[in-house]
Amino acid sequence: MAKNEIKYLTAIRSDKRVKKFCRFKKYGIHYIDYKDVEFLKKFLNDQGKLLPRRLTGNSLKYQRKVSDAVKKARQMALLPYVTDLLK
Amino acid sequence: MNNYELMVIFTPVLSDDEFKAEQKKYAALVKNNGGEIVAENPWGLKSLAYPVQKKTTGLYWVLEFTAPSDFNEKLKIQLLRDESVLRHLCTKLDKYAVEYNAKKRSGVTTGTEKAVEA
Repeated sequence: MAKNEIKYLTAIRSDKRVKKFCRFKKYGIHYIDYKDVEFLKKFLNDQGKLLPRRLTGNSLKYQRKVSDAVKKARQMALLPYVTDLLK
Repeated sequence: MNNYELMVIFTPVLSDDEFKAEQKKYAALVKNNGGEIVAENPWGLKSLAYPVQKKTTGLYWVLEFTAPSDFNEKLKIQLLRDESVLRHLCTKLDKYAVEYNAKKRSGVTTGTEKAVEA
């Protein structure tokens, strides 16, 4: 009876952290188009800066391809270098 | 003969027929230098993400072509000499890129839709 009434000071964090996966390897995408701005925005924070791998969950090979594509899009004024509004 | 993709931003000052004339000029440049045009896609007037040469809009134009490798130099000279070109970017397409572009043009869903929600 007392066992199941143990009150913990802090709630047990039971939410299992969802395992991140590299979406490019999983869905078999090989080319990241620098013209596809909507897709590239998923890898930028609201300041327009590139998100690190630990947040995007990309593998190294595809994180570099994403960064190349974003830099090309920035060069061709498809993406801003720095912005403050939530894109 | 490599596959290339050229994206050019023209000044918005160009009228419509000047814009077409510029497109024809560069398309002809590719053809008579032994190249061959795969696809041409004028986006037209688009607002730029940041002002370029004091202009906030530009006429975008994307050209996909195959050309011998020594053609790049000639193309670059022409593009740099042309005042109506604000910016240009020529990228080499590998086989995945060519397949992606072909799929995108023919309407077949490319892989990115699945990845968008990921």
